[in-house]
Amino acid sequence: MMVKFVLLGSDALLFALIAVAAESLWWARRQDHLRHAMGRVAGSGVGTASAMVLVVFLAVAVLDSVHFRPRLGAPQEAYAVDVLSALDAALTPLRTHTEKTYSAPLATHSFAREMQEGGEWLYPRLKYGGAHLGENVGARDADVAQTALRGLALGIVFGGLAWLAALPLRRRHPRVAWMAAFTALLAMCVAAGPIAALAQGYHVFGTDKVGQDVLFLALKSIRTGVIIGTLTTLIMLPAAVLLGIVAGYVGGWVDDAIQYLYTTLNSIPGVLLIAAAVLMMQVIIDTHPEWFATSAERADARLLALCAILGVTSWTGLCRLLRGETLKLREMEYVQAARAFGVAQLAIMLRHILPNLMHIVLISLVMDFSGLVLAEAVLSYVGIGVDPNTISFGTMINAARLELAREPMVWWSLAAAFSFMFVLVLAANLFADVVRDAFDPRLG
Amino acid sequence: MFAYIVRRLLYAIPILIGVNLVTFALFFVVNTPDDMARMQLGVKRVTPEAIGKWKAERGYDRPLLWNAQAPGLGKATATIFFAKSVRMFAFDFGRADDGRDIAREIRGRMGPSLAVALPVFALGLFAAIWFSLLLVYFRGTYLDATGVVLCVAMMSISGLFYIIGGQWLVSKIWHLVPISGYAPGLDAAKFVILPVIVSVVGGIGASSRWYRTIFLEEIGKDYVRTARAKGLSERAVLFGHVLRNALIPILTGVVVLIPTLFMGSLVIESFFGIPGLGSYTIDAINAQDFAVVRSMVFIGSFLYIVGLLLTDISYTLVDPRVRLG
Repeated sequence: MMVKFVLLGSDALLFALIAVAAESLWWARRQDHLRHAMGRVAGSGVGTASAMVLVVFLAVAVLDSVHFRPRLGAPQEAYAVDVLSALDAALTPLRTHTEKTYSAPLATHSFAREMQEGGEWLYPRLKYGGAHLGENVGARDADVAQTALRGLALGIVFGGLAWLAALPLRRRHPRVAWMAAFTALLAMCVAAGPIAALAQGYHVFGTDKVGQDVLFLALKSIRTGVIIGTLTTLIMLPAAVLLGIVAGYVGGWVDDAIQYLYTTLNSIPGVLLIAAAVLMMQVIIDTHPEWFATSAERADARLLALCAILGVTSWTGLCRLLRGETLKLREMEYVQAARAFGVAQLAIMLRHILPNLMHIVLISLVMDFSGLVLAEAVLSYVGIGVDPNTISFGTMINAARLELAREPMVWWSLAAAFSFMFVLVLAANLFADVVRDAFDPRLG
Repeated sequence: MFAYIVRRLLYAIPILIGVNLVTFALFFVVNTPDDMARMQLGVKRVTPEAIGKWKAERGYDRPLLWNAQAPGLGKATATIFFAKSVRMFAFDFGRADDGRDIAREIRGRMGPSLAVALPVFALGLFAAIWFSLLLVYFRGTYLDATGVVLCVAMMSISGLFYIIGGQWLVSKIWHLVPISGYAPGLDAAKFVILPVIVSVVGGIGASSRWYRTIFLEEIGKDYVRTARAKGLSERAVLFGHVLRNALIPILTGVVVLIPTLFMGSLVIESFFGIPGLGSYTIDAINAQDFAVVRSMVFIGSFLYIVGLLLTDISYTLVDPRVRLG
């Protein structure tokens, strides 16, 4: 074996989530009302276009979730301690080409002056940024323009091919808004083409304080955002669904107890509850170093714990919604008929109530995603988010914000983090709107 | 009405007790005071004596729930639970790790928090209602569609971007106001104005879109059609009828936030260096001062419950059809 695969907790959950999502899609296809709603999503241009953007981001996250430890060279018959992901391997030049410190986007020289051997203060030449130019630094602008154009052409060709591939799809499923989806893909190819071409020889978004490529960091941040946005909802889902249905269906003191539980949790301001819980978790993790074999595992445990904590603070809203809906469904004729036939309580809840709540679950899953991605950035800034060693939008912003005071300013880390986050959240928001409009029966 | 308020107040008590139990469990049962001491003093190379001293200084050296050695009533009161959690109901929060009285600190910091939070609340509400009314006035046109897309786009931008961008543009490039800081009295204005603007701009997207749906729901109702049928202009319909009725869900929806304004905003206050409760909490989180965080959790929950109570009362005040039984 060349590599030894490592399955972190969050990887397993992410793959499980994708499997569950695929399975539920398959199930929903056979439910008439859900199939109609899905058809409405697929028929909306905004829906398919934003879904395409989300799929690309998700693909990056999945690629970044395949972890392994590479085999070391011949003398040692062992595996490296560092855990890499498939994305790391794919982006190897970006990952390993670290400079000494800050450098501006596409720069050939470092951002900070350094004392040279002759006692002069000069901007040292970057080790990798524009290295192929050699000493002929003046040719940079022409080279950048040429490379960007080449990348643009490649992006257009690639996106155009995908676009053409959509034509037969359109003939087979004429009601799906394929053109919008593939136009979004084309737009992404056009944007990614020049970046990918330039990334071969330059640091497209510059480098950060310790010289890491900002483009690489931004791509790595996607996984953290996606994990927090999806796993949080996944973790809280069982509790919210179970308690919501039981409270609404059983009623009586059970209902009172569950209502009391979520009102109490809801009364604690979210940020403070998260802060308190994260502080406690930190103490646990710090006092039990023996639980984690590698630092990647420790960071992953903290990420999962953060998801769980965010889940605890955010399940109350969904639980209340489900309880209210169950109260309504309980009085429906088909439920009464089932009861009259002597169907067991549990079977009624599972077979007659739960499937009719799925649209609420789905809507809250997509609606929560964007908020959670944004929350991660804020929480990491406050110091109660992910592990400082985990690459995320929050840690990127946190590391970069003090450098705004520098003269001239270091703006590229912030710009990259904010723009990647903006595209992800905007796509999620637009998609969530389409899903809600399609699945919410009240909006007809 | 009076009986209703009393009943709601009584209903709030078990919730507060629940909050207290949750925080107690979180801070003392999940981690023992020994863990906390080790954390504060450094995990490695810490003697049991140092831990004992740390605990004694902060009153964590007693049993958690039941002190069998203490005489009489002390069995229940000479415990961590009584000293740290029960006393909170009397707003006695004890001392922070740096020895300062927490209650006093909170009283002093409420002012700066309110100086930012109140204008943000009022201006934000006003701006969002105004903007959404504008969208509703032009409903079905490109202006409306553009406005909604703008709202979604503004919602999708991280709040940190508004703060950092605002500080950079207004303070660093234009030199209009100081980047951060605070001064008491009227001098506070020049420090407060930027955080207020940033918060209002950052929040307008989400709330405008929300209010717009409320307005649109209202505009489809029968009385609006009647108002139009009797020949009222669109403006008179919107401001005279729709606005007044749509304000009911909007205002009752935000009443719950009013008491929590005292808490201030964590992120805004720490970015702009405003010595309010938000930055107090952040400092406590960073210094891992558990006593302060615990107190803030309690106060926050208390204020939220007060907000829920006010919400229920406000329903009866604005909508006479709602009868409280």
